[in-house]
Amino acid sequence: MKMTATGRVNVVAAAVLLCSMAGAMATLHAIDHNDAWQGAVAQDAIYVTSSTALRRMSLGYTGLLADIYWTRAVQYFGRQHHADSGDFTLLAPLLEITTELDPKLYPAYQFGANFLAPKPPGGAGLPGAALELIKYGIEHNPDQWRLYYNLGFLYYTEFKDYAKAAEAFKQGAQLPVTNEFMPILAARMAQHAGEFDTARMLWVTTYQSTKEARIRQNAVEHLLALQVDEEVTQLEQVVDKYRQLKGRLPSSTADLERAGFIHGTPADPKGHPYKLMPDGRIEVQDPKNLYFITKGLPPGAFPPQPPREANH
Amino acid sequence: MNPRIGYIAFNTFREAVRDRVLYNLIAFALVLSGAAIIVGEISIDIERLVVVNLGLTAVSLFGVVIAIFIGIGLVSKEIDKRTLYTVLSRPVRRWEFVVGKFFGLTGTLVVNTFLMAVGVFLALLYVNNKFERMDLWVLAALYFIVLQFLIVCALALFFSSFSTPLMSAVFTFALFVIGNLAEDMRALARATHGAAVWLATGIAYLVPNFSALNVISQVAHGDPIPARLILYNTVYALLYSAMAISGAVLIFQRRNLK
Repeated sequence: MKMTATGRVNVVAAAVLLCSMAGAMATLHAIDHNDAWQGAVAQDAIYVTSSTALRRMSLGYTGLLADIYWTRAVQYFGRQHHADSGDFTLLAPLLEITTELDPKLYPAYQFGANFLAPKPPGGAGLPGAALELIKYGIEHNPDQWRLYYNLGFLYYTEFKDYAKAAEAFKQGAQLPVTNEFMPILAARMAQHAGEFDTARMLWVTTYQSTKEARIRQNAVEHLLALQVDEEVTQLEQVVDKYRQLKGRLPSSTADLERAGFIHGTPADPKGHPYKLMPDGRIEVQDPKNLYFITKGLPPGAFPPQPPREANH
Repeated sequence: MNPRIGYIAFNTFREAVRDRVLYNLIAFALVLSGAAIIVGEISIDIERLVVVNLGLTAVSLFGVVIAIFIGIGLVSKEIDKRTLYTVLSRPVRRWEFVVGKFFGLTGTLVVNTFLMAVGVFLALLYVNNKFERMDLWVLAALYFIVLQFLIVCALALFFSSFSTPLMSAVFTFALFVIGNLAEDMRALARATHGAAVWLATGIAYLVPNFSALNVISQVAHGDPIPARLILYNTVYALLYSAMAISGAVLIFQRRNLK
């Protein structure tokens, strides 16, 4: 059947539409995967840094704007962390704007401090900024025990200021609604700050106080690392006792077992036996799979970090 | 209610729901409520917050757009189509015409708000798998959004009683923006001196206070809304709407329709 003029136009238009759509998608794919252009494509920037101005521009919809800036902060941190850039210049300003727009956006304080405090590549290496963020949160939400917990945790892990950590846990423990571990942490921090049990209690509380899977997994890995650090410390003490008793170092862990210092072959949480080195140190078999451990590593090795997640 | 006002209100409602732009805006608001779920996926720990903030903001903003878009044409369209003369030649007084149009438009917006709110609650149910007690306060925020629409409709009708549709839209939207900055205006008034204090304070209290009607952020965090605030806002919205409609009636009574 002979096609009418309208029919011909329709066919040509449909063909052009499909071809141009496919071509545009292919071109965009090429742009996304061209490394040389990544730097030229839109850079992160904060054009309006004043939260007061943003508040006015939002026409009262500050909650939504805060959510947008928080999402932006999360994506920015994830992108920089994944690229291993070490540059987190915009992180603190983004978090400051987020919390000034919505002072009750608790995840921004909790996770924001976790993004800011640790050294690169794990974080921005800005513990001072993290401290200011948490203190701002407490100033505007004085009845939130989690913020005091975050403050105490920060003083403990980043500043090693156990007195201030104890004070923060104590203030959190005195709130009408609090976590059952807070008074215990306050007491332990005051007297047993450097001990494994105290650190273990902190990570257990971290695990129990959140439903966020990534935070829980991180807490589990820290608990495993604590177990390794504690076991390596105890094993090295046992090796030293053996040396004092026998006048020589044991040649293997079997010597320690025969001497009655240990029972069975000591193994790490992943089931791999610990190695006894000729100089009496204890090392783990596979340090790459035991994140955050500080003991049992070869000399000069850094604590292994978990692999970076893929971008969203 | 006066039966003539009721008939005009019902006819206004019927004409409004025939407008396709209305459905597009409602659909877009529903899409935004659904998109809030995706936004929560690319952030951390704010799934419910984003659904409430984005959903209610969409209901509010799109409702204001609908109120302005339809409100500015309520009187001018009747004049352009010459149907106004037919209506007024019946025993329908000019003030009954204005008030009927107001009720018809607000009725349309209440129905729109209900439809968009269903989208918000469905999105909430999706992210939480169940409703929680704090979700009840979302109803309070929706009620305040309806009060906001009352004021915007009244303003749109007021301006359309003497101005062109375009200028009515500009004036109404400008007052909406200024009304959301009411707190800043009152702070500015307090900072002025001398005679300017009275002028600034007068203007600050004359513009509609939409910031008091915006409790979206509070309900997103599950904070309760005090009963006294609900009462005060209801009285304020009714009084302000009555003021604007009265102004529209006064102007329309004297307007030369030839």
